[in-house]
Amino acid sequence: MNLQGKKVTLHDMSLRDGMHPQRHQLTPAQMIEVATALDAAGVPLIEVTHGDGLGGASVNYGFPAASDEEYLRAVVPQMKSAKISALLIPGIGTVDHLRMAHDCGVQTIRVATHCTEADVSEQHIGLGAKMEMDTVGFLMMAHMIGPEELLEQAKLMQDYGANCLYITDSAGYMLPDDVTARVRLFREKLEAHIEVGFHGHHNMHMGIANSLAAIEAGAGRIDGSVAGMGAGAGNTPLEAFVAVLHRMGVETGVDMWKLMDVAEEIVYPMMTHKVRVDRDSLTLGYAGVYSSFLLHAKRAAEKYGLKSTDILVELGRMKTVGGQEDMIEDVALDMKKAGSAE
Amino acid sequence: MTTKVKAAIIGSGNIGTDLLYKALRSEIIEPIWMVGIDPESEGLRRAKELGLKTTAEGVKGLGPYIAEDKVQIAWDATSAYVHESNNALVKKFGVKMVDLTPAAVGPFCVPPVNLREMVGRSEQNVNMVTCGGQATIPMVAAVSRVQPVEYGEIIATVSSKSAGPGTRKNIDEFTRTTARGVEVVGGAKRGKAIIIINPAEPPLIMRDTIHCLTEDTPKQEAIIESAREMIAEVQKYVPGYTLKNGPVFDGNRVSFYMEVEGLGDFLPKYAGNLDIMTAAGLRTAELIAEEIQRAEAA
Repeated sequence: MNLQGKKVTLHDMSLRDGMHPQRHQLTPAQMIEVATALDAAGVPLIEVTHGDGLGGASVNYGFPAASDEEYLRAVVPQMKSAKISALLIPGIGTVDHLRMAHDCGVQTIRVATHCTEADVSEQHIGLGAKMEMDTVGFLMMAHMIGPEELLEQAKLMQDYGANCLYITDSAGYMLPDDVTARVRLFREKLEAHIEVGFHGHHNMHMGIANSLAAIEAGAGRIDGSVAGMGAGAGNTPLEAFVAVLHRMGVETGVDMWKLMDVAEEIVYPMMTHKVRVDRDSLTLGYAGVYSSFLLHAKRAAEKYGLKSTDILVELGRMKTVGGQEDMIEDVALDMKKAGSAE
Repeated sequence: MTTKVKAAIIGSGNIGTDLLYKALRSEIIEPIWMVGIDPESEGLRRAKELGLKTTAEGVKGLGPYIAEDKVQIAWDATSAYVHESNNALVKKFGVKMVDLTPAAVGPFCVPPVNLREMVGRSEQNVNMVTCGGQATIPMVAAVSRVQPVEYGEIIATVSSKSAGPGTRKNIDEFTRTTARGVEVVGGAKRGKAIIIINPAEPPLIMRDTIHCLTEDTPKQEAIIESAREMIAEVQKYVPGYTLKNGPVFDGNRVSFYMEVEGLGDFLPKYAGNLDIMTAAGLRTAELIAEEIQRAEAA
C-alpha cells in the first residue's frame, strides 16, 4: 500500500466516544486536561460531549457528570489551535442543542443517523450549513447496507448541505474491503468538494487496517481515539495509527511522541473501564452490534444472571440499531423468562 | 335516533386513511369529506370509493362546503407546518378540530389520562401529542397518580416503514412535543423523549420504553395495580397494547417495556404507532360528537 505524501485530518473521539466506557462520568476538568494535551500534540479536531452526543443525558444512555454546555464552555476557550466538534443524533438531540453548541464556539457539527435513515437529518444539517459550520453527515452502522444503498443516503445528506460524509463502522464489523468499496464509491459519486471520512471501532482489532484502507480509497478525515478510549474495544488507537501513518509518509500534523505521552500519562490512568478487545467487545464486532451496548449488556448480564455475549448475539440477531439501549434490559428479561421456563 | 355528527379528515396519507377506516365504524360520527392536496393520491381515490366527498385543493377546497354539509368536526392528519392555517380556516365555521400533528396548538389529549377533563370545556382545538406520546404518557401517568415523578423518559422505537415523511422532516417536533406531553399530561416534573427508527425486515412492532424516576421509593404494589388498570383502559381502543416486561424497580427507577400492535385496519399491524394515534384521535372526536349531540338535544 502506498500512501506516501497523502494528507489526512485526524479527529479525536476520546472525549465523546470515550464517554461510553467512562459511563459519561468524565469531569469538565478531566476534559480540559485531555483536550489541552491533544491540542499541544497538534491534533486538529477534538469531539466533546455525552457519548450519545448532544442531548444524550438520559436514563437510557446514562446521566453525565456535567451538561453538554458545561463541557463545551469548559473546553472550547482553552484551545490554541484545535477545533472542537460535537455529535448530534436526531431523535435524541434537537436543533436547540445545535444552536447551544454553536453558541459555545463549536465549529464542527456531526449529524448522525442510522445508515438507512438519513432523511431525519434535514433540519439539523440544514441549520449547521446555514450557520456556516463544518457540517458532517455521519452514517452509522454502515456495515448493514451495501455501498450503493449507502451512497443514496449520503447523497441526501449532501443535498441538505453537508460538506463531509462519514462511513461509520459503529459495530467494528467491517473488514478493509468493506471500507474500500464504500469510500471509493463515495469519492467517485459525491461532489468533488465533499470530504469523505471514516470512523472505526477496534472490536476485531481492525481499526488501523480499516482506516488505512479508507485513506487509500480517498478518505481525508479519520476518527481515532487517544489510548483507543471509545465504545466497545474503543476507536482506532490514535497514537499507534499516527505511528503507522508517519512510517508510511502520510502527513498528519500531529506530534507522535507527545500523543503517546497523552495516552500513557493522562488517558490510560483515567480509564475506569480498561478498553480492550475482550470477549464481549469481540462479540460486538463479530455479530455487528452497536459498540456502546457493551457496558449496558455487561450490567444486564450481571443483574439477571446471564452471559453478556448471549445478550449481544441476540441484539445482533434482532438487527437493533444505535440508540436502542433500552432493548438490552428487555432482551435480558426475555432470556431470563425463557431460561426459567426450560 | 339522533343523526351522526359529520366530520372531515384533512390529510389523505396513511394516517388519514387508517383513521377513515376506523371512523366508518363509528356509531356517532360519519366521515363525509376527505381533504388532500394531490389529485392523483391513493388516499383520495380510496376515500372516494368508500363514498366520501373529496377535494385535492386542501382545506380551501373544503371551505365552501363546511356549512352546507354540516361538518362539525375535523381531524388534521397533515403536518405541524400547515396545521395552523388548516385550523384557522375550519375555525371560522365553528368546526371542532382534533389535531393529529405535533403542532400542539390546542391542549394535549391522551384519552385514558385526560379525555374526561376535556368534557364540558368545549375546546375548539385539541392536540393528540404524538404517536410516541399516546403510547407512553398513560404509563407515566399510571406512576404519577400513585406518587410524585421527578423525571419521566420515554423511548419510542418504530419501524422505518411506519415513519412517514412528516415525522422524518421534523423529528425535533416529535421529541419536543412528546417530552412536553410527558410533563403536562403524564405528570412528570421533567420529561424527555427519544425516538429511534429501525429498518429491520420484517418490520418490528412498535416498542416503547418508559422510565420514571420517582421522588421517593416506589410504592411497588400500588404502581403495579395502577399500571394494570391503565393498560386495560388503553386496550379498550388499542387491543394490542401490551406490557412485555416490567415494571422493573431499580432504586427510584420504574421501567415499563411495552409493545404496541395495531389493528391492521389500513396500516399493517406492526405500525402500532400510527394505529394508537388514529384510535386515540377517533375516541377523542367521539367524545366531542357526544357533546355536540347533547347540546343539540338540549
